[in-house]
Amino acid sequence: MIRLLAGRLLQAAVASFGVLTIVFFVMRLSGDPTLLLVPEGASAEQVAQLRAALGFDRPLVVQYAAYLGDLLRLDLGESLVQRAPVAGIVGERIPYTLALAGGALLVALGIGIPAGILMAVHRGGLLERALAALVLAGQSLPTFWSGILLILFFGVYLGWLPTSGADSPASLIMPAIALGALTMSTFARMARISVLDELSRDYVTAARARGLSVWAAVSRHVLRNAAIPVVTIAALEIGNLLAGAVIVETVFAWPGIGQLAIQSIQARDFLVVQTVVLFVSSVYIAMNLLADLAYAAIDPRIRGRS
Amino acid sequence: MTTEPALIVENLSLALGRANLVDGVGFSVAPGEVLALVGESGCGKSVTAQAIMRLLAPVIRQTGGRVLLAGQDITALPERAMRALRGQAMSMIFQEPQAALDPLATVGTHIAEALRRPLRDVRDQVLQMLAEVGISDPARRIDQYPFELSGGMCQRVMIACALISRPAVLLADEPTTALDVTIQAQILDLLRRLAAERRTAVVLITHDMGVVADIADRVAVMYAGRIAETGPTAQIFARPRHPYTSLLLASIPRLTDAPKSALAVIEGRVPTPAEFGPGCRFASRCPLADDTCRAATPPLRDMGDGRLSACFHAEQLP
Repeated sequence: MIRLLAGRLLQAAVASFGVLTIVFFVMRLSGDPTLLLVPEGASAEQVAQLRAALGFDRPLVVQYAAYLGDLLRLDLGESLVQRAPVAGIVGERIPYTLALAGGALLVALGIGIPAGILMAVHRGGLLERALAALVLAGQSLPTFWSGILLILFFGVYLGWLPTSGADSPASLIMPAIALGALTMSTFARMARISVLDELSRDYVTAARARGLSVWAAVSRHVLRNAAIPVVTIAALEIGNLLAGAVIVETVFAWPGIGQLAIQSIQARDFLVVQTVVLFVSSVYIAMNLLADLAYAAIDPRIRGRS
Repeated sequence: MTTEPALIVENLSLALGRANLVDGVGFSVAPGEVLALVGESGCGKSVTAQAIMRLLAPVIRQTGGRVLLAGQDITALPERAMRALRGQAMSMIFQEPQAALDPLATVGTHIAEALRRPLRDVRDQVLQMLAEVGISDPARRIDQYPFELSGGMCQRVMIACALISRPAVLLADEPTTALDVTIQAQILDLLRRLAAERRTAVVLITHDMGVVADIADRVAVMYAGRIAETGPTAQIFARPRHPYTSLLLASIPRLTDAPKSALAVIEGRVPTPAEFGPGCRFASRCPLADDTCRAATPPLRDMGDGRLSACFHAEQLP
């Protein structure tokens, strides 16, 4: 178990390094940020001066080495645009995105998993068809569109919920639903397939032959077995929620890192973008690590192997 | 035998869509008796067992007949009442013991479930049962998972699950098919001994005549969804009263056969339910078949000595 964990941590470190390297160079390919920073009509000389001051005149490799050096000292650098430490700029946005992603995850797990289980157990029934419609809707409505529909209906027409911003806890409801819908559908489909798959196994018939009801067999035996593929997908989906937050935060003017990323990409605020990506990829990697630990907790065969 | 049969199956018919999988099958088993239900794959043995437990796949319907457990007709019992019987009055063991155990549940959890109590309340009883089915070091095994056990050991666990509540009837669906021969003999001995001690009626489903000879008191031979012949094991082996049984027995290789001689086979194949005609279903492969056989279904006739045969020409057999 310890060895498994150590191996995974090493993999995680390598993956993080790869991600930040790619982001560093791709951002540099997007253009020269100095051109966006200088006032209209600045002379070539002034531009060159600013470029030198910001260090963008150095060869790419040197800039890259300097960036890695800073990172090792846990220095995330300063925003080119706001002239403030990146750590603070990104840090103050993170709680908003975590709240949003957490809310979305709650929607996705709370509706998706029970819906998937019900669809599997009531296969071919009316309930399955009704839930399948919900799942299809969650899966096929694009987030930017369903977000606007939600705003129009609950925010403008009914006036129940604030249309945008983050002024009250109620502001979180619509963005969380909009963001969670797709993930909810994914969970529901995964849960349905894995529960169906397990239901066809001999041990379910054997459990029923011992006098268990279908639901008792599901809750005592099937769910644990069906959880393994769902956990895998859940880990990936949490990462996807952070990616999806970019769109939802823009639609709902939610002050999270997604919105910050869009603003910073447009301004070529390299260090802010790099830090946001670093954060998102770290969460992604951490979630996969967590999934590995979860397998071992669920399945004694994996515990035994490591 | 004067005791009331533990299990009576009467005229059981099962259908998948319009195809008759099982057609008027009947047999009975007395307490402590082992009845072997024999036939080729696909002849309806396993669905018959599932129908008795009322655990049929939803696509298969029971179209007729009834099942009596200790004299009580359970055919129309509501599902809740059936649940009360399953694992208590009647239980079942399966062909693939490892697949029949939940890979994520311990041995003890499975057995305690048959008692409908949490394992910690019945731990001693479970340990004793594990010892009874011949599992060494029960104190360690009780908390192990199926993947830590061999196939034979898993089948012993299944037997412990099935018998701990002292059911009147045990349905064993090819319980030794997936095991190697030496383990097979041990498991059969165990079943035989426990059934006798506990007066459990056993329906043993198998396609293996060797298994039948080993353990069964009586035999019911099935062919294409019908009973071909029933009777005491020794008599069936000594003098079959149905051509299918004779050919089946003739196809067992013997040590006295000349080396490299061709194995005896039954020509042709079992008709599928869609091909069932009006007559005897074995007619297309039967050396004795004539027009009568092809025109009408032979009824099960009493041959004396507690034997029944569904052959018009039973008397012509040597």
